[in-house]
Amino acid sequence: MPTFVHTEKCDGCKGGSVTACMYICPNNLMKLDTNRMKAFNQEPDQCWECQCCVKACPQQAIEVRAYQDFVPMGGAVIPMRTDSAIMWTIKFRDGEVKRFKFPVRTTPVGSIDPYGGKPAPGDLDSNLLFTETGKTLPTI
Amino acid sequence: MSEYSFGNPEIIEIETDILLIGGGMAACGAAFEARRWAPDAKITLVDKAALDRSGAVAMGLSAINTYLGPDRDPKDYCRMVSADLMGITRDDLVYDVGRHVDDSVHLFEEWGLPVWKDKGSEGVALKDGGKPVRSGKWQIMINGEGYKTIVAEAAKKALGIENIIERCFIVKLLLDTNEPNRIAGAVGFSVREHKLYVFKANAILNCCGGAVNLFRPRSTGEGNGRTWYPVWNAGSTYAMAAEVGAELTMMENRFVPARFKDGYGPVGAWFLLFKSQALNAFGENYVIKNADMLAAFAPYDKAAVVPTCLRNHAMLKEMKEGRGPIFMDTPTAMKKLAETMTPAEIKHLEAEAWEDFLDMCIGQAGVWAGMNIRPEQNMSELMPTEPYLLGSHSGCCGIWVSGPEDLNSPAEWKWGYNRMTTVQGLFTAGDGVGASGHKFSSGSHAEGRIAGKNMVRFVRDHAGYKPSLKGDIKAIAEEIYKPVRNYLEHKDKTTAEDVNPFYILPRLLQQRLQKLMDEYVAGTSTYYQTNKIMLETGLHLLTMLKEDSQKMRAKDLHELMRAWENYHRIVAAEAHLRHIYFREETRYPGFYYRADHPDLNEAEWKCFVNSRIDPATGEWKCFKRAHVDIVEKHYGGQAH
Repeated sequence: MPTFVHTEKCDGCKGGSVTACMYICPNNLMKLDTNRMKAFNQEPDQCWECQCCVKACPQQAIEVRAYQDFVPMGGAVIPMRTDSAIMWTIKFRDGEVKRFKFPVRTTPVGSIDPYGGKPAPGDLDSNLLFTETGKTLPTI
Repeated sequence: MSEYSFGNPEIIEIETDILLIGGGMAACGAAFEARRWAPDAKITLVDKAALDRSGAVAMGLSAINTYLGPDRDPKDYCRMVSADLMGITRDDLVYDVGRHVDDSVHLFEEWGLPVWKDKGSEGVALKDGGKPVRSGKWQIMINGEGYKTIVAEAAKKALGIENIIERCFIVKLLLDTNEPNRIAGAVGFSVREHKLYVFKANAILNCCGGAVNLFRPRSTGEGNGRTWYPVWNAGSTYAMAAEVGAELTMMENRFVPARFKDGYGPVGAWFLLFKSQALNAFGENYVIKNADMLAAFAPYDKAAVVPTCLRNHAMLKEMKEGRGPIFMDTPTAMKKLAETMTPAEIKHLEAEAWEDFLDMCIGQAGVWAGMNIRPEQNMSELMPTEPYLLGSHSGCCGIWVSGPEDLNSPAEWKWGYNRMTTVQGLFTAGDGVGASGHKFSSGSHAEGRIAGKNMVRFVRDHAGYKPSLKGDIKAIAEEIYKPVRNYLEHKDKTTAEDVNPFYILPRLLQQRLQKLMDEYVAGTSTYYQTNKIMLETGLHLLTMLKEDSQKMRAKDLHELMRAWENYHRIVAAEAHLRHIYFREETRYPGFYYRADHPDLNEAEWKCFVNSRIDPATGEWKCFKRAHVDIVEKHYGGQAH
């Protein structure tokens, strides 16, 4: 069920050396054809269908097509993601369309302050993690 | 213009106090914890992919499978994990995860992960007493599409992005020249640029996930990448540790998840949250029906939850005897739930059912859409998959590590720093730690934190250490780029470069591995059965495959990555094979069968099977280590 890229929508991320899909793909599959300035999946049968590239594409140029070797044709699952929510469109082979929306995050992207308001680290030789400073750990 | 070219990389040497190899939940936890204890130390994280979406949680998750909350005892967590893994786990390691894991979950929620709450406690954080929606005794439901991006943001902020190297694939660990059995560094290459990275480090965390695609998958053609566990987990954790002489444990263990057929969609929420039943073709509940057969594996059949492998065992009996397909009866479950619901609640229920796939296994939603399957109308087929090696899910293969000092465990379980392997300075976490499954995402993060803190301790205690890498870096670079040399030297000798007698394509080498593992080492085509002679035949073929791995080609950096992934797969596969050969019993029916030793043998095999490669000679040795329960276990009300 590999990704494919719509030729007319992909703009090669406007000439950057690393496109959004190349940046994000966990399996290093998306590649930029520098002659055409279009991205493509260089190894479709190693695609995990995680849709990370689909979600990251600023042009919504990428989709996933079902495995042709065992899934009947015509279905589609398409995400549209913002920083706080994701909208899914599911198209069935018989034409029905369902839509679902789910939250993805309750805080603004970039707002995490990892050590803000956290206790100072305590004893390096204890079994307590730094956020557990002052607690008593159960033992057996 | 760079003077460097394909096969002639720039060599970049980096000295660091702590090196984190991997970018998943465990590595992110380690980064977060270690930096806090050592604000001035140099801590470097190296990820094969991009931290925002790397590791097993890249796609997201619909549940956190390990959260104890205020009402659950880590001792009961030990009991559950032990029972599911047929009695052989390290209670010290499991207990340690159990007493720390909630802290990580509370951080995830604080950072922005949406956690479902029971009616009446909406908006109340878990740490303030908010009640999660539980899909099982240990599991809580989340809106987890962005889970990894959130955890990665915290790790990046903690470590500083200047200390994170992405798209760098570490392929070898390096020992110290002067000190025996002491880690000193690691080497890997950029999969995008002509750069070879050589790291010298005082302490190293090796946490690159489990092993996928060792076996011929049930998928065909384009579907080969749609594995259950992430396709990029190539067994690197186990292979790299084994090659420097770290002791492995329980590498015979494997996980064969029974999942929705072809898309590998999760079944946990269907069983636990929606109370659905799995049935044979004739509507029979096969676990209940085959209870007598499972009694041969007493006392584990009497566990509060029937162990995963035994449920598979019952399912396989139905399939072998011609009573398949196996169906998840989703329509009955949804109808039953809907009886007491308003139309709006029913619509919400339908969304929850789809979200379970969309958060963590989008491909299954695609299979359902293509096949016009609607869970309220149509039952869906289940199928046990090809085997996977992992240490964090319902499996427990991995590396033998030192445990926490403060628990009542045997001395040989706590010889050093918590989560340190038998190689000085080499730590692991997550899928890397053996004999302690059921950590899942949250437990892996917590375990990464435990390892991270202990690495800081180790570095403090070994402040005067100066790494001296064993082996000549030029020679190691040559070894790493051998597939490139093979390609450049021979590619023009035939008119079509993919068919060439002088080299083997990494893709075809992988298929050879998958075929032999499937046919001789208890893959799907033998219904997971093997025996001594089959294993000997498999080892013979595997040995020749390992020899031929020297002839892999790489036509570009991407293929060089595949070549090294497949080398790691071979080493992990060999460990798996040798352990299965050594353990002369059937401990995990439903995951694999030693047909020549079909019974559980508690008297002789209620022990760990460990192994070690002698790094000087390359020879494997398997041996037993005693197992003890430090938490008393109960089955069907009886102590065991």
